Amino acid sequence: MEEKQMTNLERELASLKKEIVGMMELVFNQLERAEKAFTERDMSLAREVHHFEKLVDGADLHIDKECENLIALYNPVAGDLRFVLAASKIISHLERVGDHADKIARYIRKRQIQDPFDKALLKAVRFADMFDLAQEMLEIATQAFIEEDGGLAREVFGLDIQMNEIYSNALTEMHKHASQTKSGNVLYLFSVVNKLERVGDMAKNIAEETVFYLEAKVLKHRKVKHVKEL
Amino acid sequence: MVIMEPVARHDKMETKPTDNAGTSPTALKLRTRNVNVFYGDKKVIDNVSMGIAEKTVTAFIGPSGCGKSTFLRLFNRMNDYIDTFSKEGEILIDDREIYAPGVRVEELRKQVGMVFQKPNPFPKSIYENVAYGLKIQGIKKKTVLDEAVEASLRSAALWDEVRDNLNKSALALSGGQQQRLCIARALAVKPSVLLMDEPASALDPIATSKIEELIHELKHAYTIVIVTHNMQQAGRVSDKTAFFYLGRLIEYNDTKKLFTSPDHEMTENYITGRFG
Repeated sequence: MEEKQMTNLERELASLKKEIVGMMELVFNQLERAEKAFTERDMSLAREVHHFEKLVDGADLHIDKECENLIALYNPVAGDLRFVLAASKIISHLERVGDHADKIARYIRKRQIQDPFDKALLKAVRFADMFDLAQEMLEIATQAFIEEDGGLAREVFGLDIQMNEIYSNALTEMHKHASQTKSGNVLYLFSVVNKLERVGDMAKNIAEETVFYLEAKVLKHRKVKHVKEL
Repeated sequence: MVIMEPVARHDKMETKPTDNAGTSPTALKLRTRNVNVFYGDKKVIDNVSMGIAEKTVTAFIGPSGCGKSTFLRLFNRMNDYIDTFSKEGEILIDDREIYAPGVRVEELRKQVGMVFQKPNPFPKSIYENVAYGLKIQGIKKKTVLDEAVEASLRSAALWDEVRDNLNKSALALSGGQQQRLCIARALAVKPSVLLMDEPASALDPIATSKIEELIHELKHAYTIVIVTHNMQQAGRVSDKTAFFYLGRLIEYNDTKKLFTSPDHEMTENYITGRFG
């Protein structure tokens, strides 16, 4: 059988992938800046996060339209169809990660956090670990998509289990702290911790879509305690 | 829904057997076992075994020259007209070998109707086109013919468009109407199997859509096998799809499965346009 050169559809799909990778980089930058903006109460970085948010929203709309065009004009099937379906969902998850990063930075832009956080509380909550983990999950999910590596995508599921454990512990610690102090900061911390846990979920969703695209396996809505089950 | 035999296996091609999991027993209308077809010395169908369930639509797809039309025409012995044609293996309809000595081809073709790529109405009236097969069978009674013509035209979704012009020449109809007339003509002799060889390839999208709707309706009463080059059409109309390549049956699977996650890499390459 003689393999053809790249078809128009293949070129379109490659271009779509490139745009998604670009959007992933934007969101990753957003999350990175949101962490610094929040922990260092840096107004300039907080504004940058919002600037990126506009770019991410634009990329979301553009790529979504591209997916629609591809389906309408090329009628993709099999792996091509799964790629377009996965792409459409991945950008939606990315856009939500961007939203969470923007909302974290918003607390700084709106000057809602006046006092520095209690360091002991941040340590107990493992706040820095949560941020690092959320970024690591997003990075691995992105890498798995770029390299088309289902095994790498599955690593995100293990990290999500870790994220959920840290989150559960963080809730206990914040509850304890809230009953002992009158500081309103804990509410903001609670809100950010929630968002980070959701970012972990979004990274996991992106990894699931990557596995769907590569292996035609649907992993979402599965309750697993061990990654081996996937 | 369907029981079928595993696809033909060819070690060199590493063809996977079709997954039958989840299917429930249904009568097989058409069945082939280890069929080879030759034109002279050239083998054009290579060891194909498959079963097609009653009252389903099965699409044959594959690049030009892959043998799908030849394989389709085995079921009404249309290949018999080709001098160099010969075949090996079994071809059964309702568990009866249709190439056995003593099988009357005219009787077989009453049971197995065929619709071709280009509409081929006779240069006669609409009425005469539909009544033709019945008259050949010796049916002359007008009321019987009238009823059969109306029923066939209704089944072919053409009655409402031609009921007031039955004596008009069939050649005056549009391409899409002519094709539905040919379907009505095939249905008039009450077949149980309908073979369609690219029935909509010469039609515009509206006429194509009507043929596809018709196939959807007809499958409640007939076993339909359709050859098509249009992947989307195969996806829209069929329950099962068979992919042929170089005379071999590469994959035979539920249409939804074949077009979303085919078992065989060669199928994926073909349906996604990587070759063919």
